[in-house]
Amino acid sequence: MKKHFTRLAVVLFVAMSAVAVFAQRAIPAKGDVLIKNATLLTITHGRVEHGSVYVKDGKIAAFGANVSAPSGVTVIDAQGKYVSPGIIDSHSHMALDNDINEATSPVVPHMMMRDAFVYDDRQIYRALAGGVTAALLLHGSADMIGGQAVVIKTKYGMDKDQMIFPGAPQSIKFASGENPKRVFGGKGQLPSTRMGNFAVQRQALLDAQQYMKDWDDYNAKVNRGDKDAKAPKRDLKLDALADVLRGKMFVQIHCYRADEMLTEMAMAKEFGYKVRAFHHALEAYKVADQIAANGVGIATFADWWGYKYEAWDAIPWNAVMAMRQGVRVAIKSDSDDFVRRLNQEAAKTMRYGGATEDEAMKMITINPAWIVGIDDKVGSIDVGKDGDLVLWSDYPLSSFAVPDKVWIDGVMFFDRMQPGLGMPQMKEAQ
Amino acid sequence: MKQTLDLRLQTLVAAGLLLVGTPMVGQKKAAAPANASEAQATVIRGGKCLTVSHGTIDNCAVVLESGKISYVGAAGGAKAPAGAKTIDATNMTVYPGLIDSETHLGLTDISADQSTRDEVETSDEIMPHMHVYEAFHAETALIPVTRFNGITNAIVAPTDKDTLPGQDIFIQLDGREQPDYILGRDVAMPMNFTGDQRRNESFERAKYPQTRMGMAAQLRQAFLDAQDYMKKQDDWAKKSDADKAKGSEPKRDLRLEALVPYLQGKKPVVLAAESGSDVETAVALAQEFKLHFVLNRVTHAQKVLDRIAELKVPVIVGPIYEMPKEDERYDAVYSLPAQLAKRGVRVAFASYDAHQSRNLPYAAGYATAFGLPHDEALRAITLTPAEIWGVADRLGSLDVGKMANVVVANGDPLDVKTDVKHVFIQGREIPMVNRQTQLRDQYWK
Repeated sequence: MKKHFTRLAVVLFVAMSAVAVFAQRAIPAKGDVLIKNATLLTITHGRVEHGSVYVKDGKIAAFGANVSAPSGVTVIDAQGKYVSPGIIDSHSHMALDNDINEATSPVVPHMMMRDAFVYDDRQIYRALAGGVTAALLLHGSADMIGGQAVVIKTKYGMDKDQMIFPGAPQSIKFASGENPKRVFGGKGQLPSTRMGNFAVQRQALLDAQQYMKDWDDYNAKVNRGDKDAKAPKRDLKLDALADVLRGKMFVQIHCYRADEMLTEMAMAKEFGYKVRAFHHALEAYKVADQIAANGVGIATFADWWGYKYEAWDAIPWNAVMAMRQGVRVAIKSDSDDFVRRLNQEAAKTMRYGGATEDEAMKMITINPAWIVGIDDKVGSIDVGKDGDLVLWSDYPLSSFAVPDKVWIDGVMFFDRMQPGLGMPQMKEAQ
Repeated sequence: MKQTLDLRLQTLVAAGLLLVGTPMVGQKKAAAPANASEAQATVIRGGKCLTVSHGTIDNCAVVLESGKISYVGAAGGAKAPAGAKTIDATNMTVYPGLIDSETHLGLTDISADQSTRDEVETSDEIMPHMHVYEAFHAETALIPVTRFNGITNAIVAPTDKDTLPGQDIFIQLDGREQPDYILGRDVAMPMNFTGDQRRNESFERAKYPQTRMGMAAQLRQAFLDAQDYMKKQDDWAKKSDADKAKGSEPKRDLRLEALVPYLQGKKPVVLAAESGSDVETAVALAQEFKLHFVLNRVTHAQKVLDRIAELKVPVIVGPIYEMPKEDERYDAVYSLPAQLAKRGVRVAFASYDAHQSRNLPYAAGYATAFGLPHDEALRAITLTPAEIWGVADRLGSLDVGKMANVVVANGDPLDVKTDVKHVFIQGREIPMVNRQTQLRDQYWK
């Protein structure tokens, strides 16, 4: 009886696996394509007029003026149109079913956004249709030390595991300023001031230092053969913060005011970790030289302002002024709306401050890729990088362009000429 | 001179459609002409004029005199008035000042700070006696930021948290004192029927109207009360002195009184409804009381576009950045202006914002990517709103005799890259300075 049951289970398992394999096969993980006759905005090598890109097995195999592909490879004639690498959004809260802030404590580094990620959320499709192929999904800014981010590719229609960006470093969200003040101050709790904000952050980092020391002491005792050594209690929170102090996390800090960015950089120095980027950073233009000297990037809005006090000194020249001082600048969405037209937002930097085409395009491709830590894999048209490409209907740095087609890993995920959603891989969803 | 600024009661016949013009009352005449009379005559020469009303003129000239446009045409034919300055507009575009058909400019400074906000009175839903001109803060830092991008005129409306939140003003984005900015008081009345006006936060806190049925019933009752009020007032007025001596005058009620001109069809109601079903309900209500209306905030009404076209009213679309519904294609809202225009509907755009009003032209530009012809997109932020707000004889195109609200920029007005170089309001060149340029200049290295 038991044996029979086991056999049934095996049969069921095999059957279910077959279904799973079939589902995966419905959308291939990698593809081949040759896009020709396009103006390539390569990001790292400027423009290539009448250029072609050949994606083989999901990776860019060749690009330039004279590129061919073996027969049988799908050829797209992009006559008169533009091709750029996929847009990367370095600050998003999409597809989280509003599980953005665990705001019950100001220190929650053990929250994993991956656990809240809703991989079949329709918003991913809308971002894809705007040319976004990868995004950093961050914890919110209610807490001084928020949770750990997840990096996704916008492969709408695929399984959760297939959408998570392979090999992306782990980012963690910190925040300062009005949001933690309001959230906890509003409950009569610490922090309700900026003094409180930084005291909470510093205490958490001190606790993590102590935790690391307790473990080091324990491990030393074990190594000495001390059989009575008592292991400290594992603490998920402090595990995560220890990884921050060990430099294993990319620290992404929500920060508006210039003085707070200075305080955060001083705190990072004090505890020996590095800040990867300031997010929002609307006053970066005031202290851009110091941000640049610390090797910190910024992920900012093009022209959003005035929605709160710490956004009152926001100016649309911020991105370019910071860039001119040597800061790596990304334009990000932080919005289910803006994520759909980040190209337009980047174009605003050409008007406000005179960014060049390359500079403006970098702010939505290679620079956010650097902030996320995936610039070796995506963010430009380079041989060996992922075949994440957008074919634009018009010059993308304008009001008038929309993606005609979007490929991820060489697979066409979006084609606006197609009926229904415009998703050639997802006919069943239409 | 006085005529230029006299925007009083006018009737506008446009595109075969009779729209009841907007009475622009209560204007302080003494203050407003200051700008125009001080304005130096200007010749804008060598640019490409997008007249909106009569096509494009390459190598054109526009002459601004005494606050009005006195010439539009070939550069060679322009005669410079005595003492005029010349703007070289070579490689530039010249176009009429842009008109934003719904903003909250002057009603908010910092969104998160309630003390700086006067956008809507939410203590009740029927608040037609709220007058935006009594809250409008002309000195706000937001106006210089907005006109920096070529927006010269706007409707200021309360936000849409009430079904009847109050009455709008039509402004120009320049002046010395608050009354200079206001070209028309109580020019229109928003009537919102999008569902956001329900008081249904939770069952514990819910109050009437918790549902759309409640909203509709409450609106109907308000208009019935106002009709009754009108009748009582009329009856009283008709009474002989002897009869009046016997009775007592009916009590004045500001709320009902405010509805009277709208029930009489003297001013437009700006009817906001997003979905097809809300459009149907709201339009039926408006027709029941014979209101003159334009449609507003239409975003998810794809299934009733033909029906909207039959109404023969202009539509203020959007915001086109409104998210599509779960079952809609990604471009369902983006393509709506094109879909309406294709059916012969005159569309206008609005920012529905204060801080982001400066981005108005880019919404029009983006709509072209989804099929709206470029000239109609530009018209939707110039001449069409001028028609809707009853000022098409003074604003909205480059035509002789119109107010000299003119913009000079280095490219397509709808393109996000385009840098606005000169803005004229009533012929006066606006300094291209605002709080943000000051911060830029302070920190620029």
